[in-house]
Amino acid sequence: MKFLLKRLHKNRHLYEPGGKLEALFPLYEAQETFLFTPPHQAKGAPHVRDGLDLKRAMMTVIFALIPPTLWGIYNAGLQYNVVNQIENASTMTHWIQGAMIVMPIILVSYIVGGIIEVAFCIIRKHEVNEGFLVTGLLFPLTLPPTIPLWQVAVGIAFGILIGKEIFGGTGFNVLNPALTARAFLFFAYPAQISGDAVWTVVKADNVIDGFTGATPLAVAAATPAGASVIDALNEAGFSWSTMFGGAIGGSIAETSVIPILLGAALLIAMGIGAWRIMAGGVIGLTIAASLMNLLPADNFSPFTQLPFYYHMVMGSFLFGIVYMATDPVSAAATNTGKWIYGILIGVLAIIIRVGNPAFPEGVMLAILFMNVMAPMIDHYVVQGHVRKRRADIEARRLSYAKG
Amino acid sequence: MATAKKIISDPLSDNNPITIQVLGICSALAVTVQMETAFVMACALTAVLTSSNVIISLLRNHIPSRIRMIVEVSVIASLVVIVDQVLRAYLFELSRQLSIFVGLIITNCIVMGRAEAFAIQNPPGKSFMDGLGNSLGYSVILLLVASGREILGSGTWYGLNVLPQNYLGNGLAVLAPGAFLILGVIIWVQRTVTNNFKDD
Repeated sequence: MKFLLKRLHKNRHLYEPGGKLEALFPLYEAQETFLFTPPHQAKGAPHVRDGLDLKRAMMTVIFALIPPTLWGIYNAGLQYNVVNQIENASTMTHWIQGAMIVMPIILVSYIVGGIIEVAFCIIRKHEVNEGFLVTGLLFPLTLPPTIPLWQVAVGIAFGILIGKEIFGGTGFNVLNPALTARAFLFFAYPAQISGDAVWTVVKADNVIDGFTGATPLAVAAATPAGASVIDALNEAGFSWSTMFGGAIGGSIAETSVIPILLGAALLIAMGIGAWRIMAGGVIGLTIAASLMNLLPADNFSPFTQLPFYYHMVMGSFLFGIVYMATDPVSAAATNTGKWIYGILIGVLAIIIRVGNPAFPEGVMLAILFMNVMAPMIDHYVVQGHVRKRRADIEARRLSYAKG
Repeated sequence: MATAKKIISDPLSDNNPITIQVLGICSALAVTVQMETAFVMACALTAVLTSSNVIISLLRNHIPSRIRMIVEVSVIASLVVIVDQVLRAYLFELSRQLSIFVGLIITNCIVMGRAEAFAIQNPPGKSFMDGLGNSLGYSVILLLVASGREILGSGTWYGLNVLPQNYLGNGLAVLAPGAFLILGVIIWVQRTVTNNFKDD
């Protein structure tokens, strides 16, 4: 490692002001700080004993994303081999097939997003930071494995440009860039991402007749009046435990609950992901779904009768609330605000999911909507604190005056 | 006649009614899915705005200031009705596509705004140029937004194919948010190029 650092430092003068490659300083800086501790550290007292910087926060998120990513790769291969009726498919072939499907999507996202990010850093003269590594991985994980690669490129370009850089880069964005990118694809090319058909890559020369199985959400939304959604789901092969395990078609990393819980545990244990937001989301979903159960079954769609623990494992709720809603830039920042923000995401996600037949999944829209509301929530929470403190001071002053 | 030139050129960029004053956004979103409707809309607004400016400027010394707004609105409304009838007579299909948006020119803030801010206190010649300049400023932005939306959304420009046949239309450009995004990008580019904005 020493050797690498020496090599880096040897060329440092080229990138410093006055050097030949001065304009490319952000690139040099990115190499150095991605690989080593940033050079600008406090030498004298006072010290922060545990420097939790953006780099460590973002790298923790990357680590927390590893389990869902691995599951996504495995599952994409598994689904491919099942649907295309590949015989004698072993675990190893699932992995290889899945990697061939998923890796190009992740690579395109990183390369295209990276070019835009670096271009902006050079023009705006700020540093490339690790936040991009998270966005560039989160975005492809929310896509179906069948997504055309050019759409991945267009989507991440939009997300980085309109979702982040237009506001001034990391830390200034109102919306989560990865979700902005996904929302863009969702509205621009609904046919490839709308989610009413199972997303499994089908071989071009082996198109299986009538392979149009629906995702659990689509099955639930299409249940005819009077029937039970749970029965309809079971009939389509989506029992609660299957959806919990997640060996079904869907967006790359959203299908299984277990790896997401692993990631959530790491985020909470390291203090990176806000547990208040995650807990709030789960509570909000439970409340909203339970209230919907109380609606008279005859007058409303049978989807309203689905118990909350089904909603919890279906679609992208857990992935969204664990990885997307907790983005420290676009989420609420105050503790009370985090509860409100999380609960409202859960409530909105269920309302959109059940109430609006045009959108089979509501989590993405719920999080984006609450991203916009987050500064307002924080504002009122802070105002509330200010008012309370002012009242306290006033009360104390009065008691002094009396005494 | 330096001022005359300025009256016309100012609204094109430095004081553009849409991108700087952010007026007339409603129609900029509603009629810009295709170039054709946007072009007709731009022509209709130009007709209404220039004639209303001239008429109100001619009447300016005879309008009691307490009822000036009522007079302005009646002038504008009459002109809009005329334009609407002409479109229905000669361009019936387009007029159906534009539906209520021609009628809504009455409520377009640009028309009322120029009458109040300029025509009511300037002679007809200048008011004519002011109306023309603002109409052009509006039209330029409208046509730019429509170009972007039609090319991205359907791969055509004024009905002509400009992109390969297998181009997959971008659904977002056809929706109203697409117009907001394109308008936002235009404002971004304009402000970066002219470096003319207040950062507050």
